[in-house]
Amino acid sequence: MIPIKIDYDLYFCIMNIKDIQHQIIEEFSMFDNWMERYEYMIELGKSLPIIDKKHKTEDNIIKGCQSKVWMHADCNNNKIKFTADSEAIITKGIIAILIRVFSNQSPSEIINSNTNFIDKIGLKDHLSPTRANGLQSMVKQIKLYAIAYQTKQQI
Amino acid sequence: MKSIEFKSSINVRKVREDFPILSRKINNHPLIYFDNAATSQTPQQVIDVISDYYSLYNANIHRGVHKLSQEATDKYEASRKKIQNHFNAKHPHEVIFTSGATHSINIVAHGFTEILKKGEIILVSAMEHHSNIVPWQMLCEKTGAVLKVIPMNNEGELNMAKFETLLKLNPKLVFVNHISNALGTINPIEKIIEKSHEVGAAVLIDGAQACPHIKSDFQKLDVDFYVTSAHKMCGPTGVGILYAKEKWLNKLPPFQGGGEMISEVTFDKTSYAELPHKFEAGTPNICGGIAFGAAIDYLNEIGFDNITSYENELLQYATEKLLKIDGLRIYGPSKNKTSVISFNIDGIHAYDLGSIIDKLGIAIRTGQHCAQPIMDFYGVSGTARVSFSFYNTKEEIDHLIVAINKAVLMLK
Repeated sequence: MIPIKIDYDLYFCIMNIKDIQHQIIEEFSMFDNWMERYEYMIELGKSLPIIDKKHKTEDNIIKGCQSKVWMHADCNNNKIKFTADSEAIITKGIIAILIRVFSNQSPSEIINSNTNFIDKIGLKDHLSPTRANGLQSMVKQIKLYAIAYQTKQQI
Repeated sequence: MKSIEFKSSINVRKVREDFPILSRKINNHPLIYFDNAATSQTPQQVIDVISDYYSLYNANIHRGVHKLSQEATDKYEASRKKIQNHFNAKHPHEVIFTSGATHSINIVAHGFTEILKKGEIILVSAMEHHSNIVPWQMLCEKTGAVLKVIPMNNEGELNMAKFETLLKLNPKLVFVNHISNALGTINPIEKIIEKSHEVGAAVLIDGAQACPHIKSDFQKLDVDFYVTSAHKMCGPTGVGILYAKEKWLNKLPPFQGGGEMISEVTFDKTSYAELPHKFEAGTPNICGGIAFGAAIDYLNEIGFDNITSYENELLQYATEKLLKIDGLRIYGPSKNKTSVISFNIDGIHAYDLGSIIDKLGIAIRTGQHCAQPIMDFYGVSGTARVSFSFYNTKEEIDHLIVAINKAVLMLK
């Protein structure tokens, strides 16, 4: 099993989105079967930094997920920091992966990135269309925040 | 799959041979299909009828003078008669083919926009599927009628005392499902119909969940409207029926305009066709209608008494085994229910459980089951639901228990 205790702030500052995605693809390539993959996602879910209670509002719920997902974003020094939570642990694992990729990146980097890595780590294959909708909703929400912060900076 | 001894007269090993899908493997495991309340699987006998239709006599019905059209029309109308006989409706034209129970409910709700007046009361039960809530809310918005709810208790049963109090408000319409899709509770519809009629209210019963398990007698029930879908009864998707007493079908306006539903059309005026065609505008799901009849034949061949007793055995067996799992809670544990079990396990989200046991080849439903008011009642955001059919086995339930224990180990 890969060590998953990561100093998120330090980690994010030195790597760009592409590098992080590449690293995640390498990590997932080590798993032989779905159980190891799921166990890893469950562990990632448990390690997800907790969202501030005040951000767990109706407004912050992402529509399209079968289990409730809350997501909050803050932008400082041109870096967006995402925090999120879910009732379901596997969903939390997915969120942890997305936050690892997109948190502490600049709005323009997020807008210009793609999410092909999701296919490459087998997440889309392994989650049914209804569940994948949830995944797509999360990605869409992250991109929407990035567009909103970029627009705000330009005003 | 090896078979064990059953008290009931269903030879499950033989029955399973009728369902090609049951020999499929999912994620390298034999498929265990426990999502029958969402849709049932289709036996070869019905698949053959669907295939024959397109291979041998596909044609538009009620129009052509040619041989194929006559054959298709004969089979379609024979299917209507079959459905009439199965449910003991008085006339074949009281059976309207629709795209399913939801479509059927909408025909009635639409019809009542011209009958209901502002301030009049309509009653709906607290355990309805969204499809038996939303059309009535839309009806209330249009007419100014008021929707009142018959409450339920912890066992997942309707509060009949409260229902009788609500009847004092002289409601015009009452809608209740025969069996709750989320909990499996069998509602006392005989009593509900009788009491509603005493105050002059018409009753619509949503039978989508009941028809795979119970053979209803519409005349004996004296029900005004009864709706169901073929795909819960081993038939294809996209077809169902609206049963309504003739007097109601004459009273209600048509739902859709188009071909088939007219008798005469000029640019000044159109007169509507006779029943049932008044409610069957456009080319219907001909193949589906014919296959629906074949599905009913199939179920009758197995026998509803056999189905009920066998499924009840599965229900008791699974309930006992599931309750042995630490922290597992069953919602709506009414004594009067069909083979549906809605549950949660402490500290585990139903979504996680469903995702993991899917990997082990087991299909269950997770979420709100299109019945958010029930979830709100129990204060949960969703449940896991297993629902059995007569082709399921006790061995499959044993596999389910092993899979759930495995998921619990992974998730806790």
